[in-house]
Amino acid sequence: MSQITPVLKREFLGYFRSPVAYVFLVVFLMASVGLAFFVGQFFRANQASLESFFVFHPWLFLFLIPAVGMRLWSEEKRSGTVELLFTLPLTTLDAVLGKFLAAWAFLAVAILLSFPMAITVGYLGDPDWGVIASGYLGSILMAGAYLGVCSLTSALTKNQVISFVLSVLACLVLVFLGWSVFNGALSAVLPVWAVDLIANFSFVTHFDAFTKGIIDPKDVVFFLSLTGLTLFLNVVALER
Amino acid sequence: MIEVKGLVKHYGSKRAVANVSFTVNRGDILGFLGPNGAGKSTTMKMITGFISPTAGTALVNGHDVTRDPVAVKKQLGYLPESAPAYGEMTVEEFLAFIAEVRGFRARAEKTTRINRALDLTHLQSVRTQTIETLSKGYKQRVGFAQALLHDPAALILDEPTDGLDPNQKNEVRALIRSMAAEKAVVLSTHILEEVDALCTRVIIISQGKIDVDESPAALRARQPGARLDEIFRTLTSSDA
Repeated sequence: MSQITPVLKREFLGYFRSPVAYVFLVVFLMASVGLAFFVGQFFRANQASLESFFVFHPWLFLFLIPAVGMRLWSEEKRSGTVELLFTLPLTTLDAVLGKFLAAWAFLAVAILLSFPMAITVGYLGDPDWGVIASGYLGSILMAGAYLGVCSLTSALTKNQVISFVLSVLACLVLVFLGWSVFNGALSAVLPVWAVDLIANFSFVTHFDAFTKGIIDPKDVVFFLSLTGLTLFLNVVALER
Repeated sequence: MIEVKGLVKHYGSKRAVANVSFTVNRGDILGFLGPNGAGKSTTMKMITGFISPTAGTALVNGHDVTRDPVAVKKQLGYLPESAPAYGEMTVEEFLAFIAEVRGFRARAEKTTRINRALDLTHLQSVRTQTIETLSKGYKQRVGFAQALLHDPAALILDEPTDGLDPNQKNEVRALIRSMAAEKAVVLSTHILEEVDALCTRVIIISQGKIDVDESPAALRARQPGARLDEIFRTLTSSDA
């Protein structure tokens, strides 16, 4: 397990050795804040909360996290460094966790860099800081689950484009299952319990509570277990 | 030191390596010869634990690669074909990463190890350059530095002189020769002069099977007066 640290460190710093990190951070922050202001009517809502900021995260992550995750393994396979990595004295699990944690930490940095939004509502009004904190927590947990899915699809191919498309598709399904419009359409044909069951597998369903300040253990467990499952499959896919 | 016992590798119905066995002792430089696609790289990848054999196993210093791959990887230095490395890192950063994974975490020891590897491979002048900006010869030496960093008991080198100019080839050969006394070395090549210049033993592998396992002198004696590549051609085309 101590072998995770060097991999984690190399990967995390690796983002900043290439333009990837800076492009991603700028795009992520502009998109997330832009959506909150222009689509989410952040000012017009006249509320000291970040709900209109967080509500777009499942949709934004849908495209941005596969952009980070697609290269995790595809790049190693394409450049042949996977052979180097797996002939060093570490287990597949060490490598998977090191890479995953580095990417997750990077995403957490991106999400937390939106802190001026929190400062803005704090300056303009009197927000409930607990709700904001739980929004950030939910967003970071959800990012981990997205990333797990993307890391897995990335391990399946050495082509980054295929990896990206597969990741977006897989995440799209996981978002759609809980999208109110989709559930509305479903409830016309399925009984309520079935719709609820389906919605239970969605990022949106579990993330919603966080944006309202509710940290429900079952939501935390959902994100963590989805992350764990995808990482387990990731190890299996690499050892195959 | 390296004991290969009946290695077999199937890819689907295709048999890449069929029952390969040999032993390499300390002080030996074993030249692994064969036409492209004969199973040289596959055999080496199985010894290093990068791919798992369909049957058979390899022992390095008594550690079984199928039972305890991490222990084997600790003993080995491996230069994969075309020396893959993380291009966005500098030579120094890359070797620091390798040192950390190899367990040299203390700053002083890490620096000593890196400097020693840089000295051995004459890389001091490019230590702060990113690897992707280096020429092929330098990249190959970075691969060497990475394989030598922990002063391994056994070295596996997959086409170490491939793509180098004649001077660089000589340098690499001198380097291998200088280390051979206290190590077991396996190197693959399709340059026959290299076998003559370097190796204490030759294995010719063709269609996944060992055809010849003897000293370069004995190989020469098979057809007195003939050039090595003529002998090679007779041996590898007879069963095609």
